[in-house]
Amino acid sequence: MSDQKVKKKFLYINRKAPFGTIYALESLEVVLIGAAFEQDVSLAFIDDGVFQLMNNQDANAAGMKTFSKIYRALGDYEVRKLYVEKESLDLRGLTIDDLMPVTFEDEDDDYAEKPSIILVGRSEMTGLIASQDVVLSF
Amino acid sequence: MRFAIQVNEGPYTHQASDTAYQFAKAALAKGHEIFRVFFYHDGVNNGTRYTVPPQDDRNLQKLWTELAETHKLDLVVCIAAAQRRGILDANEAKRQGKDGDNIAPGFRISGLGQLIEAGIQADRTVVFGD
Repeated sequence: MSDQKVKKKFLYINRKAPFGTIYALESLEVVLIGAAFEQDVSLAFIDDGVFQLMNNQDANAAGMKTFSKIYRALGDYEVRKLYVEKESLDLRGLTIDDLMPVTFEDEDDDYAEKPSIILVGRSEMTGLIASQDVVLSF
Repeated sequence: MRFAIQVNEGPYTHQASDTAYQFAKAALAKGHEIFRVFFYHDGVNNGTRYTVPPQDDRNLQKLWTELAETHKLDLVVCIAAAQRRGILDANEAKRQGKDGDNIAPGFRISGLGQLIEAGIQADRTVVFGD
C-alpha cells in the first residue's frame, strides 16, 4: 500500500437507509477496501443510517442482496467502532435492542468477544466527527 | 493546501458535481493543489463522453476534462461503481466482452483504494453529494 507509516483517523458516516438507495452498500464496499490500508477506522450511523444495523434484515422479497451480514464481519477487518446516535434511534422508535449484535475479538483480552456498537448522544457524535482526519459521508 | 475531492452524484439531477467543479476551480485559482478527484456512486456518470446536454447548458463532462487537461488533474472513476452503471474504458470493454467504451478524456478507471490513498495523502478531503 502507498504509505503505511501514515495512520489517519477515518470516519465513514452512514446517513441513509440500507435499501431504497445504494449508498449503504457502496459505503460498506469502501470500508472493506479501506481496511487493507490499516488506518484508524470508525463508522457512524445517524439519521436513517441507523436502519442499516437493524436485526433480522431480509431483502430477498425485493430481489436484492441481504448485505447486512457484512456488518457483523467487520470485526475481522479490524473495524471495531460503530457509533450509533441515540437521538436518531429515538426519533425512529428504536432502541439498541433492535440492532444486530456486532462484536469483535479483543486480542489484548484473551480474545474475548466485545460489542462493536457504541451508543452516543448527538453532542458526543459532534465531537467524534470533529476529531477525525478524514470524514467520508454517505 | 492539498485537497482530495469525492463526487458522489451524477451530473444534472444533482448539483454536487457542479459544486465540486466550482470548488476545484476556485481552489486551483488560489494556488492550492488537488491530489485527486474520485467519482463514486452515480458520480461515475460524470465520466462518460456520451452525454449531449442542450447547447445553452453547461457540459459538465467537458468542464471536468478541460480542468484536468489544464491542471494535470487526476480524475478517477471507481471501477466497481462504474461497472454497475455502464462506464467502461477500452480495457474494461474488452475484458467484459462489451462492444464499445465511453470513458471521457482525462478520466481513468481504478479501484476504491485510490479514494483511501487520496484521504491519506491530502490535507483535506471534501465530499460532494446529497
